[in-house]
Amino acid sequence: MKIAIPVVSDVKDTAVSDTFGRAAMFMVYDTEADASIYIQNKAALSSGGAGIQAAQTVVDSEVSVLLTPQLGSNAAKVLKAAGIRLYKAQPGLNARENLERFTQGKLDALEQIHEGFHRH
Amino acid sequence: MRQLVILSGKGGTGKTTLASALISLSRTRAYADCDVDAPNLHLIGADYTRQEDASYYGLPLAVIDPDKCAACGACEQACRFDAVIQGSPYRINPYACEGCKVCGLVCPAQAIAMKPHQAGTMTLYYGEDAVFSTARLKMGSGTSGLLVSQVKNRLEHAAGEYTGFAVIDGSPGIGCPVIATLSGAHAALLVAEPSLSGLSDLERIIETARGFGVMIAVCVNKADINPEITDRIKAYCQREGLLFAGAIPYDPLAVQAVNQGRTIVDLDCPSGRAAEEIYRKIMPLLESA
Amino acid sequence: MMSDRTIAVLSGKGGTGKTFISVNLACAAAPATYIDCDAEEPNGHLFFQPAIKTQEAVNVPVPRVDPAKCIKCRQCVDFCAYHALAWTGRELLVFDEMCHGCGGCAMLCPVQALRETERAIGRVQTGEAQGVQVLSGFLNPGEATGVPVIKQLLNTKHPGGRAIIDCPPGSSCMVSESIQDADYCVLVAEPTRFGAHNLAMVHELARLYNKPCGVVLNKALPGDDPSRQYCQAHGLPILAEIAFEVQLGKLTSNGMIAVKEDPRYRALFERLLERIDQEACHAAVGHS
Repeated sequence: MKIAIPVVSDVKDTAVSDTFGRAAMFMVYDTEADASIYIQNKAALSSGGAGIQAAQTVVDSEVSVLLTPQLGSNAAKVLKAAGIRLYKAQPGLNARENLERFTQGKLDALEQIHEGFHRH
Repeated sequence: MRQLVILSGKGGTGKTTLASALISLSRTRAYADCDVDAPNLHLIGADYTRQEDASYYGLPLAVIDPDKCAACGACEQACRFDAVIQGSPYRINPYACEGCKVCGLVCPAQAIAMKPHQAGTMTLYYGEDAVFSTARLKMGSGTSGLLVSQVKNRLEHAAGEYTGFAVIDGSPGIGCPVIATLSGAHAALLVAEPSLSGLSDLERIIETARGFGVMIAVCVNKADINPEITDRIKAYCQREGLLFAGAIPYDPLAVQAVNQGRTIVDLDCPSGRAAEEIYRKIMPLLESA
Repeated sequence: MMSDRTIAVLSGKGGTGKTFISVNLACAAAPATYIDCDAEEPNGHLFFQPAIKTQEAVNVPVPRVDPAKCIKCRQCVDFCAYHALAWTGRELLVFDEMCHGCGGCAMLCPVQALRETERAIGRVQTGEAQGVQVLSGFLNPGEATGVPVIKQLLNTKHPGGRAIIDCPPGSSCMVSESIQDADYCVLVAEPTRFGAHNLAMVHELARLYNKPCGVVLNKALPGDDPSRQYCQAHGLPILAEIAFEVQLGKLTSNGMIAVKEDPRYRALFERLLERIDQEACHAAVGHS
């Protein structure tokens, strides 16, 4: 399966982005190939609707899981409707470490969805 | 870098005056003004040794190529925002254009393109040992949440390895620029005005801040104007388990300080003393955030 | 004619006293009309407590998809400048509050699977309180733009005569919309360094639309006054100075109208009205 995480850069051991909608890019890890690709997040510079646009990018990457520290309500709506499972990424751990935690079953499902930026 | 944001549900509560006092008391090395519609924090302050300006681009807006325009009027008919000005050639009014691109869809001459539009300016001020990030939206602009995010991002980059608290003077109200201010914040100090509308605005911003899981403290400014409502705010905080950090009396010396470009803790005055009390009260909150 | 004038009241920032000034001006001018264009935070009606006469929804177009016709080409998703549309792999989602109602997606769809319907983004309310017609615009929280509410509000019929427009704070597109038909703009400023800076911003907007304007200094204190200096430097008439008074602050914070409670304020606002009329007359003559 494929797992997406919003990240700061495409270097090894990159940090997790603290925002979903305006993350610089998404790391998409393929468990079968044990390899990652990085997708630019065009929503980072979007004047509005960043959450929706970022969610569309994630949906189009055909992942089944998203690990993220936070998520707005518009993005959550798109991801849930697409059947993508949402988990809370742990702050203080980088992307690789969060992936490991996830495969060990140690990450919680993402419960708290915030108001969202509403158009920004 | 951790973030203390100063917010108020309503404009004119004294947020910026208090923010400048906290910046001085905390000796923070990073601060920002996220009130991009009407920035005021740069008017109080330190000496800056240099500044860096950058343009902020919002939504691209329509521009008609005068050489290709056949003046057929199809764009004017299709535009729902009254943004097309008749003439030979037709022109787009950038104050009314909402960037929807419908005019480009209908133009039979392909005379319309979407061009980047400078919607504001961002500035970083560098002082001896502090950096200050601010910005201003141009008149008639719509969205400002992205600009708020960029003001904070620029501050983070400029502040480098700083691990203390950055003080962020936020936008008034409860709208989207406020939400952008709250994203990534660790603690929020809400400045309330003791009036009926101020009370209802406070409740709304508390609800908004709670959604972000930030530590919340509340204070009342010009509290002696209406002691009854000030007490209601105190009681509300107690019921809701929020830290009531203090009340600041109305103080003409505060106006004097501001007009001299100084903070209220630079003078010996009642509002300055109240601000110091507030700072003492919120310090444990910041340590645990 | 003097008694038909439309006066817009603006300030660069919230909390300066725009509503205080507009409400009291309308009361002093009664019979008159008060129009609250601060649709995100309308407060005038809290002071007037008008008897409500009419309520009308403000509607804007929004697209709806017919899933049976949709060929999943995603042109609409890619076109929308506001990201109001998303494709989940199974269905097209529409985010109503992101939509600006431009009609582009419906126009673009190769199979006409998108049709526009209407939805309410707010309402316009009319009422009456002791000789003042109170027109208020309300924008629902979370909506993209309040401009359609202001347009409908300003198109709402009201008995002629003087109209006072309470504008939203700042210099956004909502403010521009509010002052389109104003004959004169009253800029409210606090006499502080912040106040002068904010005054400059809203003055720039009024000049952009060629509106004659004057300033009311609110919460005035004796002493050094950057706002007064700004007025002098730019040839802006100071129409009135309202001193800061704890009693006035208390009265207003409790939702009371100063002109009704205190004869000194009635006199002050009547003088202000006269002054505005004088200035507006001069400006009209100057432009003709």
